[in-house]
Amino acid sequence: MKKTTVSKYLRRFLPYLIVIAAFIVCQSMIKTGAMPRTTKALLIPVCVYIVMAVSLNLTVGISGELSLGHAGFMSVGAFTGIVIAAYFREAFGAPEAVQLLMAIISGGVLAGIMGVLIGVPVLRLQGDYLAIVTLAFGEIIRNILNCVYISIDGKALRFSFNRPDLPGKLLFRGPSGATGVSRIATFTAGFLLVLFTLFVVLNLIRSRSGRAIMAIRDNKIAAEACGLDVTKYRMMAFVTSAALAGMGGALFGQNYSTLAPSNFSFNASILILVYVVLGGIGNITGSIIAATVLYVLPEELRAFSDYRMLVYAVVLIAVMLLTNNVAIKNFLASLRGKGSEKSERKDGEAV
Amino acid sequence: MSEKVKRKSNTKMVPFPSRSIVPERDVGKRPVLECSHLGIDFGGLRAVDDFNLTIGETEIAGLIGPNGAGKTTVFNLLTKVYQPTSGTVMVNGIDTAGMNTVQANKLGLARTFQNIRLFNQMSVEDNVRIGLHNQIPYSMFSGILRLPPYWSGERRQHEKAMELLSIFHMENLAEEKAGSLPYGAQRRLEIVRALATNPRLLLLDEPAAGMNPKETEELMDNIIRIRDQFKIAVLLIEHDMNLVMGICEGICVLNFGKIIAKGTADEIQQNPEVIEAYLGRQKEDEK
Repeated sequence: MKKTTVSKYLRRFLPYLIVIAAFIVCQSMIKTGAMPRTTKALLIPVCVYIVMAVSLNLTVGISGELSLGHAGFMSVGAFTGIVIAAYFREAFGAPEAVQLLMAIISGGVLAGIMGVLIGVPVLRLQGDYLAIVTLAFGEIIRNILNCVYISIDGKALRFSFNRPDLPGKLLFRGPSGATGVSRIATFTAGFLLVLFTLFVVLNLIRSRSGRAIMAIRDNKIAAEACGLDVTKYRMMAFVTSAALAGMGGALFGQNYSTLAPSNFSFNASILILVYVVLGGIGNITGSIIAATVLYVLPEELRAFSDYRMLVYAVVLIAVMLLTNNVAIKNFLASLRGKGSEKSERKDGEAV
Repeated sequence: MSEKVKRKSNTKMVPFPSRSIVPERDVGKRPVLECSHLGIDFGGLRAVDDFNLTIGETEIAGLIGPNGAGKTTVFNLLTKVYQPTSGTVMVNGIDTAGMNTVQANKLGLARTFQNIRLFNQMSVEDNVRIGLHNQIPYSMFSGILRLPPYWSGERRQHEKAMELLSIFHMENLAEEKAGSLPYGAQRRLEIVRALATNPRLLLLDEPAAGMNPKETEELMDNIIRIRDQFKIAVLLIEHDMNLVMGICEGICVLNFGKIIAKGTADEIQQNPEVIEAYLGRQKEDEK
């Protein structure tokens, strides 16, 4: 009896444990100098993509709505963050930690507002409309950003549309995006953001509101008959997901000295969706692992530049086969069964 | 069983108001449901026409009729899945015109479904907790930040869910996935979930479908116990005549969307129109 409660708690806190363990390992490798510089450069993007995958999983896996514009929210967060961080630096001379915090908060808030604007009309509808609209949203945001110019003039932010001749220092120049960003993102900040995202998403799922979101996914008609406001809870999941994506984007924006709107294309949204699907829809731990492995893999394979994407494709196919094929599952189970007879018997019972 | 028979003999249908009938003990109290001239068209098809029904505060009523008579359509009209094209539905004296399913539920209408609609991926207890959603609320932020309202709310939801599950002796199944339960248990869980929304009127759509005679017998006792314990009214659609004739105080027979008879079990069994609807016209009449 006691064993089951221990394993229950272990399973409940598994995502946190994985992230904390990975952080400790990475930090000690950095301290001892065991980590190559190319790998070190991947740490912050990996944190960002974990945040993106976990937040998208809230929409796709928990709420059951397909969103194809997650990179759109990411870009809103990234460019808001860049502008706000520069504003706090230029206007108030705030320390880097404050700049980063303000960037992440403002990025999250603005992306959340975008989520509300999209959600209000679309989440009332049934079917695949959210997928269509979010797909369009990602493209629209990218095209709007291509025309926006923002500069800082003393303590004032100046915006213009299609006119680069702004007074003061240009922060954001249309198609070429943001240049001269001060790169204040740190691995520790990324780690804390991942923990924050997990805290929000997991606590939301395991509360009254999260149960309502999952009930609506499982059976909308029955959920309505139980008195659940369907639009409200779909909105809650979608806006939370968008706000977290904005926060991830804000951190992402502070990691590169230049960032263009074309970095957040439709392909970027699909990439995040691939992490969610291969990690297991609705499986938060799976999203963390899939985002890490599938982001690091193509980068580490750069050495075999010609075969890089080929190997990546083979890995993707292998993951799909391994997780779904009954024959391979049984084969793996029998391999494991050789070690302990108990587990083999258990498998037999289940069949 | 004997208690049940005694209860039935103590009830007598009385007129209330004109053309409506409720059990004697509910006379003088506000009826929980009043439908007048309720109707709905689907294109050219009049699926339900001039449906008048009054259900007393603690009445167990039955809605029967051949397949395709429009029984489930009536349920969908009452719970506002469909908006009626004519007529009114009053729940507890409040007109439900223009309301949606959620508002109808908050007024006190809870239902089960003919083809079971549980939240299959969730546990049995969580299914009941969804029913308790509006009864024991706390905000999304107390949920995420794990503030005191979360802990007290979760504890009260757990206690209440277990109490409701104990009606059908299902406490030991609380951790199971709802989709993996046997058929009969799924039907019972649907009733528990509907009860959790604190209804005034419980609408049961074929609660005994797929149950064996012993389970049906238990279900009959449980429906009466639920009525007595929660002081609510029950309207049920059922094809099992033993169940309908055994526990329903008032029965309403529907055929081709129209009410063809209303009354007690004995009256309905004698009614020639009902016999005709179920068994067809006698040969002498055709000549």
